[in-house]
Amino acid sequence: MSKFQPLKQAVAENLCDGDVVAFEGFTHLIPHAAAHEAIRQGFKDLTLVRMTPDIVYDQMIGMGMASRLIFSYAGNPGVGLLRRLRDAVENGWPNAVEVEEHSHAAMANAYEAGAAGLPCAVFRGYKGAGLKEVNPNIREVTCPFTGEVLAAIPSVRPDVSFIHAQKANKKGDILIEGIIGIQKEAVLAAKKAVVTVEEIVDDFDGLHPNACILPHWTVSAISHVPGGAHPSYAHGYYIRDNASYLEWDKIATDRDGFRDWMQTHVMEAGPEVFESRVAGLKGEG
Amino acid sequence: MAQGFTPDEMMTIAAARALGNEDICFVGIGAPSAACNVARLTHAPDITLIYESGTIGTAPDVLPLSIGDGELCDTATTTVSVPEMFRYWLQGGRISIGFLGAAQLDKFGNINTTVIGDYHDPKTRLPGGGGAPEIASSCGEIFITMKQSLRGMVDKIDFFTSFGHGTGGNARAEQGITTKGPTLLITDLAVWRPDPETKEFTVMSLHPGVTREQVQETCGWTVRFTEDLTETPSPTDLELQTLRDLKARTKAAHEGAAA
Repeated sequence: MSKFQPLKQAVAENLCDGDVVAFEGFTHLIPHAAAHEAIRQGFKDLTLVRMTPDIVYDQMIGMGMASRLIFSYAGNPGVGLLRRLRDAVENGWPNAVEVEEHSHAAMANAYEAGAAGLPCAVFRGYKGAGLKEVNPNIREVTCPFTGEVLAAIPSVRPDVSFIHAQKANKKGDILIEGIIGIQKEAVLAAKKAVVTVEEIVDDFDGLHPNACILPHWTVSAISHVPGGAHPSYAHGYYIRDNASYLEWDKIATDRDGFRDWMQTHVMEAGPEVFESRVAGLKGEG
Repeated sequence: MAQGFTPDEMMTIAAARALGNEDICFVGIGAPSAACNVARLTHAPDITLIYESGTIGTAPDVLPLSIGDGELCDTATTTVSVPEMFRYWLQGGRISIGFLGAAQLDKFGNINTTVIGDYHDPKTRLPGGGGAPEIASSCGEIFITMKQSLRGMVDKIDFFTSFGHGTGGNARAEQGITTKGPTLLITDLAVWRPDPETKEFTVMSLHPGVTREQVQETCGWTVRFTEDLTETPSPTDLELQTLRDLKARTKAAHEGAAA
Protein backbone atom coordinates (compact mmCIF):
# COMPACT_ATOMS: atom_id res chain seq x y z
CA MET A 1 0.00 0.00 0.00
CA SER A 2 1.40 3.34 -0.99
CA LYS A 3 2.22 6.07 1.46
CA PHE A 4 3.27 9.67 1.03
CA GLN A 5 6.71 10.28 2.46
CA PRO A 6 9.56 12.77 2.27
CA LEU A 7 12.00 11.49 -0.36
CA LYS A 8 14.78 10.95 2.16
CA GLN A 9 12.62 8.57 4.14
CA ALA A 10 11.18 6.84 1.06
CA VAL A 11 14.68 6.03 -0.23
CA ALA A 12 16.01 4.99 3.19
CA GLU A 13 13.10 2.63 3.85
CA ASN A 14 13.10 0.95 0.46
CA LEU A 15 16.66 0.70 -0.87
CA CYS A 16 19.41 -1.48 0.62
CA ASP A 17 23.08 -2.11 -0.11
CA GLY A 18 23.48 -4.91 -2.63
CA ASP A 19 20.02 -4.43 -4.17
CA VAL A 20 19.11 -4.83 -7.81
CA VAL A 21 17.61 -1.43 -8.51
CA ALA A 22 16.12 0.31 -11.55
CA PHE A 23 15.81 4.08 -11.87
CA GLU A 24 13.79 4.04 -15.10
CA GLY A 25 12.74 6.62 -17.63
CA PHE A 26 13.14 6.49 -21.39
CA THR A 27 14.58 9.98 -22.06
CA HIS A 28 11.51 11.40 -20.29
CA LEU A 29 10.59 11.51 -16.57
CA ILE A 30 13.99 10.30 -15.41
CA PRO A 31 14.00 10.12 -11.60
CA HIS A 32 17.02 12.34 -10.96
CA ALA A 33 15.88 13.57 -7.53
CA ALA A 34 15.44 10.01 -6.26
CA ALA A 35 18.83 8.99 -7.65
CA HIS A 36 20.48 11.98 -5.98
CA GLU A 37 18.88 11.02 -2.68
CA ALA A 38 20.28 7.49 -3.09
CA ILE A 39 23.71 9.01 -3.80
CA ARG A 40 23.51 11.15 -0.63
CA GLN A 41 22.63 8.09 1.44
CA GLY A 42 25.73 6.35 0.05
CA PHE A 43 24.41 2.93 -0.94
CA LYS A 44 27.00 0.39 -2.10
CA ASP A 45 27.29 -2.70 -4.26
CA LEU A 46 24.15 -1.98 -6.27
CA THR A 47 23.20 -3.73 -9.48
CA LEU A 48 21.90 -0.85 -11.58
CA VAL A 49 19.34 -1.77 -14.22
CA ARG A 50 18.18 0.57 -16.94
CA MET A 51 17.60 0.50 -20.68
CA THR A 52 19.26 3.88 -21.21
CA PRO A 53 21.65 4.71 -18.37
CA ASP A 54 22.49 8.37 -18.79
CA ILE A 55 23.65 11.12 -16.46
CA VAL A 56 22.23 9.68 -13.22
CA TYR A 57 23.92 6.32 -13.67
CA ASP A 58 27.12 8.10 -14.72
CA GLN A 59 26.88 9.90 -11.38
CA MET A 60 26.09 6.78 -9.34
CA ILE A 61 28.88 4.79 -10.99
CA GLY A 62 31.32 7.67 -10.54
CA MET A 63 30.43 7.81 -6.83
CA GLY A 64 31.31 4.13 -6.46
CA MET A 65 27.80 2.83 -5.77
CA ALA A 66 27.55 0.22 -8.50
CA SER A 67 29.17 -3.18 -8.82
CA ARG A 68 27.11 -4.29 -11.80
CA LEU A 69 25.21 -2.64 -14.66
CA ILE A 70 22.48 -4.22 -16.80
CA PHE A 71 21.64 -2.00 -19.75
CA SER A 72 21.07 -1.61 -23.48
CA TYR A 73 22.33 1.88 -24.38
CA ALA A 74 24.75 3.90 -22.28
CA GLY A 75 25.07 7.38 -23.68
CA ASN A 76 24.48 11.03 -22.92
CA PRO A 77 21.47 11.54 -25.22
CA GLY A 78 22.15 13.96 -28.03
CA VAL A 79 25.66 14.60 -26.68
CA GLY A 80 27.85 11.51 -26.72
CA LEU A 81 29.47 9.09 -24.33
CA LEU A 82 29.23 8.68 -20.56
CA ARG A 83 32.65 9.54 -19.22
CA ARG A 84 32.33 8.19 -15.66
CA LEU A 85 30.91 4.91 -16.95
CA ARG A 86 33.76 4.69 -19.44
CA ASP A 87 36.31 5.35 -16.70
CA ALA A 88 34.83 2.49 -14.68
CA VAL A 89 34.67 0.06 -17.60
CA GLU A 90 38.00 1.02 -19.19
CA ASN A 91 40.08 1.80 -16.06
CA GLY A 92 38.19 0.41 -13.07
CA TRP A 93 37.73 3.84 -11.44
CA PRO A 94 36.51 4.22 -8.77
CA ASN A 95 35.79 0.50 -8.94
CA ALA A 96 35.36 -2.08 -11.65
CA VAL A 97 31.77 -2.46 -12.82
CA GLU A 98 30.58 -5.75 -14.25
CA VAL A 99 28.55 -5.19 -17.38
CA GLU A 100 25.59 -7.22 -18.63
CA GLU A 101 24.69 -5.70 -21.97
CA HIS A 102 21.55 -6.24 -24.00
CA SER A 103 19.60 -4.69 -26.85
CA HIS A 104 16.56 -2.46 -26.23
CA ALA A 105 14.24 -5.18 -27.50
CA ALA A 106 15.77 -7.62 -25.02
CA MET A 107 15.52 -5.24 -22.05
CA ALA A 108 11.96 -4.24 -22.92
CA ASN A 109 10.99 -7.90 -23.14
CA ALA A 110 12.83 -8.67 -19.89
CA TYR A 111 10.95 -5.97 -17.94
CA GLU A 112 7.67 -7.10 -19.44
CA ALA A 113 8.44 -10.71 -18.49
CA GLY A 114 9.27 -9.50 -14.99
CA ALA A 115 5.96 -7.69 -14.76
CA ALA A 116 4.22 -10.81 -16.08
CA GLY A 117 5.81 -12.96 -13.40
CA LEU A 118 7.80 -15.03 -15.87
CA PRO A 119 11.35 -16.26 -15.29
CA CYS A 120 12.53 -15.34 -18.77
CA ALA A 121 11.69 -13.36 -21.86
CA VAL A 122 11.41 -14.98 -25.28
CA PHE A 123 11.64 -12.96 -28.46
CA ARG A 124 13.00 -12.91 -31.99
CA GLY A 125 16.31 -11.14 -31.62
CA TYR A 126 20.09 -11.03 -31.47
CA LYS A 127 20.33 -12.69 -34.89
CA GLY A 128 23.93 -12.34 -36.00
CA ALA A 129 24.58 -9.93 -33.13
CA GLY A 130 27.92 -9.95 -31.28
CA LEU A 131 26.31 -9.52 -27.85
CA LYS A 132 25.25 -13.14 -27.71
CA GLU A 133 28.94 -14.12 -27.92
CA VAL A 134 29.91 -12.00 -24.90
CA ASN A 135 26.82 -12.14 -22.67
CA PRO A 136 26.19 -15.65 -21.26
CA ASN A 137 22.67 -14.58 -20.25
CA ILE A 138 21.65 -14.47 -23.91
CA ARG A 139 20.51 -17.98 -24.79
CA GLU A 140 18.19 -19.74 -27.20
CA VAL A 141 14.92 -21.64 -26.92
CA THR A 142 13.18 -23.59 -29.62
CA CYS A 143 9.49 -22.99 -30.17
CA PRO A 144 7.74 -26.30 -29.33
CA PHE A 145 5.14 -25.67 -32.05
CA THR A 146 7.10 -24.36 -35.03
CA GLY A 147 10.70 -25.26 -34.27
CA GLU A 148 11.78 -21.63 -34.65
CA VAL A 149 14.87 -20.79 -32.60
CA LEU A 150 14.23 -17.69 -30.48
CA ALA A 151 16.32 -15.62 -28.09
CA ALA A 152 15.80 -15.98 -24.34
CA ILE A 153 17.13 -13.85 -21.52
CA PRO A 154 16.31 -13.75 -17.80
CA SER A 155 13.45 -11.47 -16.82
CA VAL A 156 14.29 -8.26 -14.95
CA ARG A 157 12.89 -8.33 -11.42
CA PRO A 158 14.40 -5.47 -9.42
CA ASP A 159 14.33 -5.36 -5.64
CA VAL A 160 13.24 -1.73 -6.05
CA SER A 161 12.21 0.42 -9.01
CA PHE A 162 12.23 4.20 -8.88
CA ILE A 163 10.22 6.26 -11.36
CA HIS A 164 9.10 9.87 -11.69
CA ALA A 165 5.52 10.63 -12.78
CA GLN A 166 3.36 13.67 -13.40
CA LYS A 167 0.65 13.18 -10.81
CA ALA A 168 -0.50 11.26 -7.81
CA ASN A 169 -4.03 11.59 -6.47
CA LYS A 170 -4.78 11.61 -2.77
CA LYS A 171 -5.32 7.86 -2.73
CA GLY A 172 -1.82 7.41 -4.14
CA ASP A 173 -2.72 6.32 -7.67
CA ILE A 174 -0.05 7.41 -10.15
CA LEU A 175 -0.59 8.98 -13.59
CA ILE A 176 2.11 8.81 -16.29
CA GLU A 177 1.62 10.75 -19.54
CA GLY A 178 3.52 11.33 -22.76
CA ILE A 179 6.39 8.99 -23.57
CA ILE A 180 5.54 6.35 -21.00
CA GLY A 181 8.62 4.28 -21.76
CA ILE A 182 9.11 1.20 -19.63
CA GLN A 183 7.97 2.66 -16.30
CA LYS A 184 4.79 0.65 -15.83
CA GLU A 185 6.69 -2.57 -16.44
CA ALA A 186 9.57 -1.45 -14.20
CA VAL A 187 7.14 -0.89 -11.31
CA LEU A 188 5.16 -4.09 -11.82
CA ALA A 189 8.34 -6.17 -12.23
CA ALA A 190 9.82 -4.94 -8.94
CA LYS A 191 9.30 -6.13 -5.37
CA LYS A 192 8.98 -2.49 -4.25
CA ALA A 193 8.45 0.76 -6.12
CA VAL A 194 9.09 4.37 -5.14
CA VAL A 195 7.53 7.16 -7.18
CA THR A 196 8.33 10.86 -7.17
CA VAL A 197 5.65 13.13 -8.63
CA GLU A 198 5.33 16.67 -9.91
CA GLU A 199 1.98 17.25 -8.31
CA ILE A 200 -0.55 15.74 -5.93
CA VAL A 201 -4.18 16.30 -6.95
CA ASP A 202 -7.46 15.43 -5.25
CA ASP A 203 -8.63 12.87 -7.79
CA PHE A 204 -8.24 11.69 -11.38
CA ASP A 205 -11.83 12.50 -12.42
CA GLY A 206 -12.22 13.24 -16.13
CA LEU A 207 -9.14 11.38 -17.31
CA HIS A 208 -9.32 9.30 -20.46
CA PRO A 209 -10.35 5.74 -19.47
CA ASN A 210 -7.21 4.30 -21.06
CA ALA A 211 -4.74 6.62 -19.34
CA CYS A 212 -1.57 5.01 -17.98
CA ILE A 213 -2.33 4.73 -14.27
CA LEU A 214 -0.60 2.65 -11.63
CA PRO A 215 -3.09 1.95 -8.80
CA HIS A 216 -1.90 2.97 -5.33
CA TRP A 217 -1.54 -0.62 -4.19
CA THR A 218 1.23 -1.23 -6.76
CA VAL A 219 3.64 1.32 -5.27
CA SER A 220 5.42 1.37 -1.92
CA ALA A 221 6.04 5.07 -1.42
CA ILE A 222 5.27 8.40 -3.08
CA SER A 223 7.26 11.59 -2.65
CA HIS A 224 6.19 14.99 -3.89
CA VAL A 225 9.26 16.39 -5.67
CA PRO A 226 8.40 19.12 -8.21
CA GLY A 227 11.12 19.29 -10.87
CA GLY A 228 12.34 15.85 -9.79
CA ALA A 229 13.08 14.74 -13.34
CA HIS A 230 15.43 17.66 -14.11
CA PRO A 231 17.45 17.86 -16.36
CA SER A 232 15.16 15.47 -18.24
CA TYR A 233 11.63 16.70 -18.74
CA ALA A 234 8.10 16.17 -17.48
CA HIS A 235 5.56 16.36 -20.29
CA GLY A 236 3.10 19.15 -19.52
CA TYR A 237 5.32 20.65 -16.79
CA TYR A 238 8.75 21.61 -18.09
CA ILE A 239 11.00 20.99 -21.05
CA ARG A 240 14.30 19.19 -21.23
CA ASP A 241 17.29 21.21 -20.01
CA ASN A 242 19.55 20.51 -22.98
CA ALA A 243 22.26 22.82 -21.64
CA SER A 244 22.68 20.61 -18.57
CA TYR A 245 23.28 17.55 -20.74
CA LEU A 246 25.95 19.44 -22.68
CA GLU A 247 27.46 20.75 -19.46
CA TRP A 248 27.59 17.24 -18.00
CA ASP A 249 29.97 16.20 -20.76
CA LYS A 250 32.50 18.71 -19.41
CA ILE A 251 31.84 18.07 -15.70
CA ALA A 252 32.36 14.33 -16.12
CA THR A 253 35.62 14.72 -18.02
CA ASP A 254 37.95 14.49 -15.03
CA ARG A 255 37.66 12.74 -11.71
CA ASP A 256 38.33 15.69 -9.42
CA GLY A 257 36.02 18.04 -11.27
CA PHE A 258 33.31 15.42 -11.13
CA ARG A 259 33.70 14.86 -7.38
CA ASP A 260 33.68 18.62 -6.72
CA TRP A 261 30.52 19.08 -8.74
CA MET A 262 28.79 16.19 -6.98
CA GLN A 263 29.75 17.60 -3.58
CA THR A 264 28.21 20.98 -4.34
CA HIS A 265 25.19 19.99 -6.42
CA VAL A 266 24.19 16.66 -4.92
CA MET A 267 25.81 15.91 -1.54
CA GLU A 268 25.16 19.37 -0.11
CA ALA A 269 21.75 19.79 -1.78
CA GLY A 270 18.33 18.30 -1.15
CA PRO A 271 15.21 17.34 -3.13
CA GLU A 272 13.82 20.87 -2.74
CA VAL A 273 16.39 22.34 -5.17
CA PHE A 274 14.80 20.61 -8.15
CA GLU A 275 11.81 22.95 -8.27
CA SER A 276 14.09 25.95 -8.75
CA ARG A 277 16.12 24.13 -11.42
CA VAL A 278 13.07 23.90 -13.69
CA ALA A 279 11.80 27.41 -13.02
CA GLY A 280 13.10 28.69 -16.36
CA LEU A 281 11.93 25.67 -18.34
CA LYS A 282 8.16 25.86 -17.94
CA GLY A 283 5.43 26.64 -20.38
CA GLU A 284 6.17 23.93 -22.91
CA GLY A 285 7.27 20.37 -22.27
CA MET B 1 19.46 23.76 -59.44
CA ALA B 2 20.85 25.07 -56.20
CA GLN B 3 24.12 26.98 -56.32
CA GLY B 4 26.26 25.93 -53.39
CA PHE B 5 25.72 23.10 -50.94
CA THR B 6 27.86 21.18 -48.48
CA PRO B 7 28.66 17.43 -48.62
CA ASP B 8 26.58 17.03 -45.45
CA GLU B 9 23.59 18.67 -47.10
CA MET B 10 23.99 16.49 -50.18
CA MET B 11 24.12 13.40 -47.96
CA THR B 12 20.94 14.29 -46.09
CA ILE B 13 19.06 15.17 -49.26
CA ALA B 14 20.17 12.06 -51.15
CA ALA B 15 19.03 9.99 -48.17
CA ALA B 16 15.68 11.81 -48.03
CA ARG B 17 15.04 10.98 -51.69
CA ALA B 18 15.20 7.27 -50.93
CA LEU B 19 12.07 7.50 -48.78
CA GLY B 20 8.50 7.51 -50.03
CA ASN B 21 4.95 8.26 -48.88
CA GLU B 22 4.13 4.60 -48.29
CA ASP B 23 7.11 3.92 -46.05
CA ILE B 24 6.86 3.11 -42.37
CA CYS B 25 10.27 4.18 -41.19
CA PHE B 26 12.04 3.46 -37.89
CA VAL B 27 14.25 6.51 -37.43
CA GLY B 28 17.66 6.54 -35.79
CA ILE B 29 18.84 9.75 -34.16
CA GLY B 30 21.25 12.15 -35.91
CA ALA B 31 21.70 12.07 -39.68
CA PRO B 32 18.83 9.59 -40.31
CA SER B 33 16.44 11.84 -38.40
CA ALA B 34 17.29 14.85 -40.56
CA ALA B 35 16.87 12.85 -43.78
CA CYS B 36 13.53 11.37 -42.74
CA ASN B 37 12.10 14.74 -41.83
CA VAL B 38 13.33 16.38 -45.04
CA ALA B 39 11.52 13.60 -46.93
CA ARG B 40 8.37 14.28 -44.93
CA LEU B 41 8.61 18.03 -45.57
CA THR B 42 9.19 17.64 -49.34
CA HIS B 43 8.08 14.72 -51.49
CA ALA B 44 6.77 12.30 -48.85
CA PRO B 45 4.29 14.16 -46.62
CA ASP B 46 2.45 10.95 -45.70
CA ILE B 47 5.50 8.95 -44.62
CA THR B 48 5.11 7.35 -41.18
CA LEU B 49 8.07 8.14 -38.93
CA ILE B 50 8.57 6.05 -35.81
CA TYR B 51 11.11 6.70 -33.05
CA GLU B 52 11.99 3.95 -30.61
CA SER B 53 10.65 5.91 -27.64
CA GLY B 54 7.21 4.79 -28.80
CA THR B 55 6.09 7.69 -30.97
CA ILE B 56 4.30 6.48 -34.11
CA GLY B 57 3.51 8.80 -37.02
CA THR B 58 5.38 11.74 -35.58
CA ALA B 59 5.87 15.04 -37.42
CA PRO B 60 8.24 17.25 -35.43
CA ASP B 61 8.67 20.88 -36.45
CA VAL B 62 12.30 20.76 -35.27
CA LEU B 63 14.73 17.86 -35.15
CA PRO B 64 14.79 16.09 -31.77
CA LEU B 65 18.00 16.05 -29.74
CA SER B 66 17.12 12.65 -28.35
CA ILE B 67 14.79 9.90 -29.53
CA GLY B 68 12.41 10.82 -26.71
CA ASP B 69 11.92 14.57 -27.05
CA GLY B 70 8.49 15.82 -26.06
CA GLU B 71 7.71 17.18 -29.50
CA LEU B 72 7.84 13.68 -30.99
CA CYS B 73 5.01 12.71 -28.66
CA ASP B 74 3.06 15.96 -29.16
CA THR B 75 2.93 15.50 -32.94
CA ALA B 76 2.50 11.70 -33.07
CA THR B 77 -0.57 9.74 -34.16
CA THR B 78 -0.09 7.70 -31.00
CA THR B 79 2.59 7.04 -28.39
CA VAL B 80 2.98 3.49 -27.16
CA SER B 81 5.12 1.96 -24.43
CA VAL B 82 8.63 0.80 -25.23
CA PRO B 83 7.85 -2.93 -24.94
CA GLU B 84 4.87 -2.48 -27.25
CA MET B 85 7.10 -0.64 -29.72
CA PHE B 86 9.64 -3.42 -29.86
CA ARG B 87 7.19 -6.35 -29.69
CA TYR B 88 4.12 -5.43 -31.72
CA TRP B 89 5.52 -2.88 -34.13
CA LEU B 90 9.13 -3.85 -34.78
CA GLN B 91 9.14 -7.62 -34.10
CA GLY B 92 5.60 -7.82 -35.49
CA GLY B 93 6.95 -6.86 -38.90
CA ARG B 94 5.07 -3.56 -39.28
CA ILE B 95 8.09 -1.47 -40.24
CA SER B 96 9.32 -1.29 -43.82
CA ILE B 97 12.55 0.66 -43.41
CA GLY B 98 15.02 1.00 -40.56
CA PHE B 99 17.26 4.02 -40.98
CA LEU B 100 20.52 3.77 -39.04
CA GLY B 101 23.75 5.67 -38.54
CA ALA B 102 27.02 3.93 -37.65
CA ALA B 103 30.25 4.52 -35.71
CA GLN B 104 31.98 1.74 -37.64
CA LEU B 105 30.73 0.11 -40.82
CA ASP B 106 32.16 -2.62 -43.05
CA LYS B 107 31.59 -3.26 -46.74
CA PHE B 108 28.77 -5.73 -46.01
CA GLY B 109 26.76 -3.25 -43.96
CA ASN B 110 27.60 -4.71 -40.56
CA ILE B 111 27.57 -1.98 -37.91
CA ASN B 112 29.53 -1.43 -34.70
CA THR B 113 28.38 1.08 -32.09
CA THR B 114 29.50 -0.97 -29.07
CA VAL B 115 33.30 -0.90 -28.51
CA ILE B 116 36.54 -0.01 -30.20
CA GLY B 117 39.05 -2.73 -29.36
CA ASP B 118 38.34 -5.91 -27.41
CA TYR B 119 34.88 -6.13 -25.84
CA HIS B 120 36.20 -7.20 -22.43
CA ASP B 121 39.12 -4.75 -22.45
CA PRO B 122 37.93 -1.94 -24.68
CA LYS B 123 40.04 0.89 -25.98
CA THR B 124 36.88 2.99 -26.21
CA ARG B 125 33.55 2.03 -24.74
CA LEU B 126 30.82 3.34 -27.08
CA PRO B 127 27.14 3.69 -26.02
CA GLY B 128 26.07 0.30 -27.38
CA GLY B 129 23.42 -0.99 -29.69
CA GLY B 130 20.18 0.32 -28.22
CA GLY B 131 17.49 -0.76 -30.64
CA ALA B 132 19.83 -1.49 -33.54
CA PRO B 133 20.34 -5.28 -33.27
CA GLU B 134 16.63 -5.97 -33.79
CA ILE B 135 16.00 -3.00 -36.07
CA ALA B 136 18.62 -4.55 -38.36
CA SER B 137 16.88 -7.92 -38.44
CA SER B 138 13.17 -7.03 -38.15
CA CYS B 139 12.66 -4.08 -40.53
CA GLY B 140 11.89 -4.92 -44.15
CA GLU B 141 15.13 -3.30 -45.27
CA ILE B 142 17.85 -1.07 -43.83
CA PHE B 143 19.20 2.26 -45.04
CA ILE B 144 22.46 3.50 -43.58
CA THR B 145 23.82 7.02 -43.66
CA MET B 146 27.19 8.21 -42.40
CA LYS B 147 30.07 10.52 -43.23
CA GLN B 148 33.01 8.78 -44.84
CA SER B 149 36.24 8.40 -42.86
CA LEU B 150 39.00 5.83 -42.48
CA ARG B 151 38.01 5.41 -38.83
CA GLY B 152 34.36 4.86 -39.69
CA MET B 153 34.43 2.77 -42.85
CA VAL B 154 36.74 -0.10 -41.99
CA ASP B 155 37.81 -3.41 -43.46
CA LYS B 156 36.94 -5.23 -40.25
CA ILE B 157 34.64 -3.90 -37.53
CA ASP B 158 35.62 -4.51 -33.90
CA PHE B 159 32.18 -5.74 -32.82
CA PHE B 160 29.01 -6.91 -34.61
CA THR B 161 26.48 -4.65 -32.89
CA SER B 162 24.00 -5.24 -35.69
CA PHE B 163 24.15 -7.72 -38.51
CA GLY B 164 24.13 -6.51 -42.09
CA HIS B 165 25.15 -9.06 -44.69
CA GLY B 166 27.73 -10.78 -42.45
CA THR B 167 30.48 -12.08 -44.72
CA GLY B 168 28.32 -11.50 -47.77
CA GLY B 169 26.29 -13.76 -50.07
CA ASN B 170 23.53 -15.63 -48.22
CA ALA B 171 24.82 -14.88 -44.75
CA ARG B 172 21.50 -13.44 -43.59
CA ALA B 173 19.53 -16.51 -44.60
CA GLU B 174 22.11 -18.68 -42.84
CA GLN B 175 21.39 -16.74 -39.63
CA GLY B 176 17.68 -17.41 -40.07
CA ILE B 177 16.96 -13.79 -40.98
CA THR B 178 14.23 -13.30 -43.57
CA THR B 179 14.42 -9.53 -44.11
CA LYS B 180 16.55 -7.83 -46.77
CA GLY B 181 19.05 -6.05 -44.54
CA PRO B 182 21.11 -3.11 -45.79
CA THR B 183 19.97 -2.12 -49.28
CA LEU B 184 21.32 1.43 -49.39
CA LEU B 185 24.26 3.40 -48.02
CA ILE B 186 24.37 7.15 -48.40
CA THR B 187 27.55 8.95 -47.47
CA ASP B 188 28.66 12.54 -47.86
CA LEU B 189 30.40 11.52 -51.10
CA ALA B 190 28.31 8.84 -52.80
CA VAL B 191 25.27 6.59 -53.02
CA TRP B 192 26.04 2.88 -52.59
CA ARG B 193 24.00 -0.30 -53.04
CA PRO B 194 24.96 -3.90 -52.26
CA ASP B 195 25.98 -6.12 -55.15
CA PRO B 196 23.06 -8.51 -55.79
CA GLU B 197 25.29 -11.59 -55.39
CA THR B 198 28.18 -10.75 -53.09
CA LYS B 199 26.23 -8.10 -51.10
CA GLU B 200 29.33 -5.88 -51.02
CA PHE B 201 28.47 -2.18 -51.08
CA THR B 202 29.14 -0.75 -54.55
CA VAL B 203 29.18 2.92 -55.48
CA MET B 204 26.25 3.68 -57.79
CA SER B 205 26.58 7.46 -58.03
CA LEU B 206 29.06 10.10 -56.97
CA HIS B 207 27.77 13.36 -55.52
CA PRO B 208 28.45 16.39 -57.77
CA GLY B 209 32.14 17.30 -57.85
CA VAL B 210 33.27 14.15 -56.01
CA THR B 211 35.99 11.95 -57.53
CA ARG B 212 36.55 8.20 -57.25
CA GLU B 213 39.84 8.95 -55.49
CA GLN B 214 38.09 10.96 -52.78
CA VAL B 215 35.73 8.07 -52.12
CA GLN B 216 38.64 5.62 -51.85
CA GLU B 217 40.80 7.89 -49.69
CA THR B 218 38.10 8.06 -47.01
CA CYS B 219 37.17 4.39 -47.04
CA GLY B 220 39.09 1.58 -45.37
CA TRP B 221 38.28 -1.14 -47.88
CA THR B 222 38.99 -1.33 -51.62
CA VAL B 223 36.00 0.42 -53.15
CA ARG B 224 34.03 -1.13 -55.99
CA PHE B 225 32.32 1.17 -58.46
CA THR B 226 29.48 0.10 -60.70
CA GLU B 227 30.20 0.02 -64.43
CA ASP B 228 27.48 2.56 -65.15
CA LEU B 229 28.50 5.07 -62.51
CA THR B 230 26.35 8.22 -62.53
CA GLU B 231 26.29 11.56 -60.75
CA THR B 232 23.86 12.10 -57.89
CA PRO B 233 21.46 14.88 -58.93
CA SER B 234 22.26 18.11 -57.09
CA PRO B 235 19.87 19.29 -54.39
CA THR B 236 16.94 21.29 -55.72
CA ASP B 237 16.21 24.71 -54.29
CA LEU B 238 13.21 23.26 -52.46
CA GLU B 239 15.22 20.42 -50.92
CA LEU B 240 18.03 22.69 -49.81
CA GLN B 241 15.72 25.36 -48.43
CA THR B 242 13.67 22.77 -46.56
CA LEU B 243 16.78 21.29 -44.95
CA ARG B 244 18.26 24.67 -44.05
CA ASP B 245 14.98 25.92 -42.59
CA LEU B 246 14.67 22.74 -40.55
CA LYS B 247 18.22 23.11 -39.22
CA ALA B 248 17.66 26.79 -38.40
CA ARG B 249 14.41 26.05 -36.54
CA THR B 250 16.16 23.23 -34.69
CA LYS B 251 19.07 25.44 -33.67
CA ALA B 252 16.80 28.23 -32.48
CA ALA B 253 14.58 25.86 -30.51
CA HIS B 254 17.40 24.03 -28.77
CA GLU B 255 19.34 27.17 -27.97
CA GLY B 256 16.16 28.71 -26.65
CA ALA B 257 15.55 25.73 -24.42
CA ALA B 258 19.11 25.91 -23.19
CA ALA B 259 18.93 29.59 -22.28
